[in-house]
Amino acid sequence: MGAGPLVLLPELAPAAGAVLGLLLGSWLPRGRQWVVRLVGVAACLAGVGATLASLDGVAHRAFEGSYAVDTATQAGRLIVLGGTLLVLLLSGDTVRSHPRETEFYALVLLGGAGTVVLAGTTDLLLLVAGYLLASVPLYALAGFSADAPGTEASLKYYLLGALLGITMIAGVTMLYGAGRSTEYAALARSLPAAPSALVAVGGVTVLAGLLFKIGAVPAHFWVPDVAEGASAPVAAFVTTVPKIGGLIATFRLAEGVLPAETASWPLLFAVLATASMTLGNLAALFQDEVRRLLAYSTISQVGYLLLAVVVAASSELAEPALLFYLLAYAVTNLGAFAVVAGFPHARRLAEYRGLARRRPTAAAVLVVCLLGLVGTPPTAVFLGKLEVFSAAVDGGYAWLAVVAVVNTVISLFYYLRWLVPVLAPAAAEDEPCPAGRWAAFVAVFAALLSLLVGGGGGVLLPLLDGPLLP
Amino acid sequence: MLSLIVFLPLVVAALLAVIPVSAGSRVFTAGWVCATATDVVLVLISWTGYEAGTGLALEQRVRWIPGAGVSYHVGVDGLSLPLLGLTAGLFLACAVYSLRGTHRTKGFVLLFLFLQTVCLGVFTALDLILFFVYFDLSIVGMYFVISGWGYGNSRGSALKFFLYTFLGSLALLLGFIGLYLAVEPHTFDIVDIARSDPLSGGGALGAPVLAAIGLGLLIKTPTFPFHTWMPPAHTDAPAVGSVILAGVLLKMGTYGFVRIAMPLLPGTWSRYAWVFVVLGVVSVLYGALVALAQEDFKRMVAYTSVNHMGYVVLAVGAAGLAAGGQEQARSLAVTGAVTQMVSHGLLTGALFLLAGVLHSRGGSHHMKDYSGLAAFAPVFAGAVAVTAFASLGIPGFSGFIAEFQILTGGLATATVATALALPGILITAALLLRALHRVCLGEPRVPDPPGSARGFTDLRANESLAILPLLGVALLLGVLPRLLLGVIEPAAVELVGVFG
Repeated sequence: MGAGPLVLLPELAPAAGAVLGLLLGSWLPRGRQWVVRLVGVAACLAGVGATLASLDGVAHRAFEGSYAVDTATQAGRLIVLGGTLLVLLLSGDTVRSHPRETEFYALVLLGGAGTVVLAGTTDLLLLVAGYLLASVPLYALAGFSADAPGTEASLKYYLLGALLGITMIAGVTMLYGAGRSTEYAALARSLPAAPSALVAVGGVTVLAGLLFKIGAVPAHFWVPDVAEGASAPVAAFVTTVPKIGGLIATFRLAEGVLPAETASWPLLFAVLATASMTLGNLAALFQDEVRRLLAYSTISQVGYLLLAVVVAASSELAEPALLFYLLAYAVTNLGAFAVVAGFPHARRLAEYRGLARRRPTAAAVLVVCLLGLVGTPPTAVFLGKLEVFSAAVDGGYAWLAVVAVVNTVISLFYYLRWLVPVLAPAAAEDEPCPAGRWAAFVAVFAALLSLLVGGGGGVLLPLLDGPLLP
Repeated sequence: MLSLIVFLPLVVAALLAVIPVSAGSRVFTAGWVCATATDVVLVLISWTGYEAGTGLALEQRVRWIPGAGVSYHVGVDGLSLPLLGLTAGLFLACAVYSLRGTHRTKGFVLLFLFLQTVCLGVFTALDLILFFVYFDLSIVGMYFVISGWGYGNSRGSALKFFLYTFLGSLALLLGFIGLYLAVEPHTFDIVDIARSDPLSGGGALGAPVLAAIGLGLLIKTPTFPFHTWMPPAHTDAPAVGSVILAGVLLKMGTYGFVRIAMPLLPGTWSRYAWVFVVLGVVSVLYGALVALAQEDFKRMVAYTSVNHMGYVVLAVGAAGLAAGGQEQARSLAVTGAVTQMVSHGLLTGALFLLAGVLHSRGGSHHMKDYSGLAAFAPVFAGAVAVTAFASLGIPGFSGFIAEFQILTGGLATATVATALALPGILITAALLLRALHRVCLGEPRVPDPPGSARGFTDLRANESLAILPLLGVALLLGVLPRLLLGVIEPAAVELVGVFG
């Protein structure tokens, strides 16, 4: 089932865009570097177009079987490239005429390309490659502004990422030793017979890297620091896009590779999911800083997303649920971050006081996105939650669905804590600085998309239901 | 037709949204009244076109999310039509009552039009997810009403309201998912699930599913011990917000019993019906006793709602108690329950509007601040008196018909429990008469709110137009109950039929 390199156009497009952009950027004068952004946008659009053109429902393989182009990969490509596109647009206000503007776009594109690779890989070595490609550009992005908080964030991000990356490589070695292969299909056959202690340790250490990538407990420490220290577009990117590839990769491992004989993997994921949503929510409860609040909210969202991973092998509803939730989450989270990026000087909840009066559109976007993150119908995340809850109950994890429901109620607290000042009457003196145009555009677009995806779930869900290639 | 009724307010809201605030509040209130009045006319047309006993009418089914077994399925029958009418009527009353303007009128009007769409939607939905979507959005809308236009500690009350009822709605969602997974092929369609009765044996899944759905509905109703969100929400909400909260939103809980819990889980329901009977009786007595101790007029009305809704829960529980050969008594109880929903909506709506009048004149809801209002405001005092008597269940008003049927039906199936609930009526009578006595009779006295002239203006034209028709309808239904019962009874007979 091998196919030509054309199958990988959606992966090649952002990478090529990054290279082309870098070359172009070194010739362009500083005032014209927005052309590079145009190149990046074009690369993302080309990738999306190539994906749409290849949506024939036939699963392909590439790289000698180490890369699968199936429904999950296709969905991952669309969500990642779409998300990258939104971040590129969103960054227009912040990095415009920055001395290193070109580098910013190139790094974002490379991070996007790495994330897509993570989503499609069916080989442990490619998984490591994808991990590195999706991590290294982000370390640089976190410290892009080169100020004290950015540097600290970047350092923390890098140290944790490097540590868990090495752990992951060690895990890959162990699994290779146990299963005599790095290909998922071969591992699925050989691992059940391998020494179970080795497989268990290897599996857990490989997962450690992926947990870092998706920002799940216990590898979540970087999330709030990066979200607070880096610039808003970077925060939007790192809390949204890598999760897409990371969760799909985790799902592939849970669905077909990690053998049930070794350990109760679903139970492990269930514990991780519970810990992520609970700790994320509890930590977010009393945050006063909007980006930290959103960061903890993304940790809790990963918990809900992991519900689908828990029942990856036991429920047929799990895969479409995960993919749909990822799409819904990406759109909604980017919308919320776009509002934050639009008001870069309003860092605390209190500074959003009276937003509904002064900027009704931005306030409406916040209401849609925050209630969307709660899972209020008819937004997209509601349908995503409905799907993952259904999958969890269907897969025999009803208690986990109850835990998720209780957590959803807790999460209401802090989302409403933000909405209360937004809707409160404004104090006369504090006029916030004007909102960025690009950020405003992306915010409105994302909010509308969130409602549209929620209402049009009927069209999307069947498309997301295709078998995973082993 | 149903979609038109449901979405008309939302369309009007979208049209009004593009008009700038500077156009003046008149434009918005006028548009609001027109929209609600049109909706009332449309509901009346569908009511007259509905032939009692023919099951679901005006059905419409469109594919929505087929992958998840969700469709846009709407329709009405004898159980939902009365509530549809009640909702449309109460929203019209609210619009008329608000004609003199509130602050920030545009947002208020848009919010209420949105609320009307989701409230009407709940009573037309024949798909669990569609029901849930409307159910949840009603909470969101009401949250903004209370937190944006309430008094006192409205933020806190709104948050409490939101958290409680949202928890309830999520429990409901879990129950729905249980039903969805139990039926083959998986679907959320209420009619399909009722037909296949997937959990007929009760089964291991039946009890947790009913527990989840029951919890969600009991919180929304609200029933003791899940009622604690309600008194603060009512106290701090604006008057028309309280009307919708008590008149419509509470009915979503009780309506859920007759639309979802009973027909979709008949076996499990009859096994655990005693739980609901007990909770109903406790709510009746507890609500009445606590209401007796209230000093705040609105709080008192709120607690009488716990009492009145307790009768409904008692009735639906009694109807489920397994006892062959008492079908007539059980259908009587269900008919009484639905009648009580309508009656309570009308009368409590009127009471809350009267409380709003009280607050707009004196700036307070405390009964000890007022005395002898009958001397200043005879129409107001008369309206309070009539509403109080109607609410305590005097013959001639709809409340009597409802309570009579509930108690007669309940005595046959759940004798002891119903007998225990009877004193609730007496306590309610006592507390309502005491409130009437304290506020309207005796030495004339009103509080002196800062910035307003001393004196208590009688009901204004728009206030009378909003309140008196509600009482008129309650009187009409009390004198000519067939108008309502003719629609409800066949549906109730059909509903208790599932219990064999």
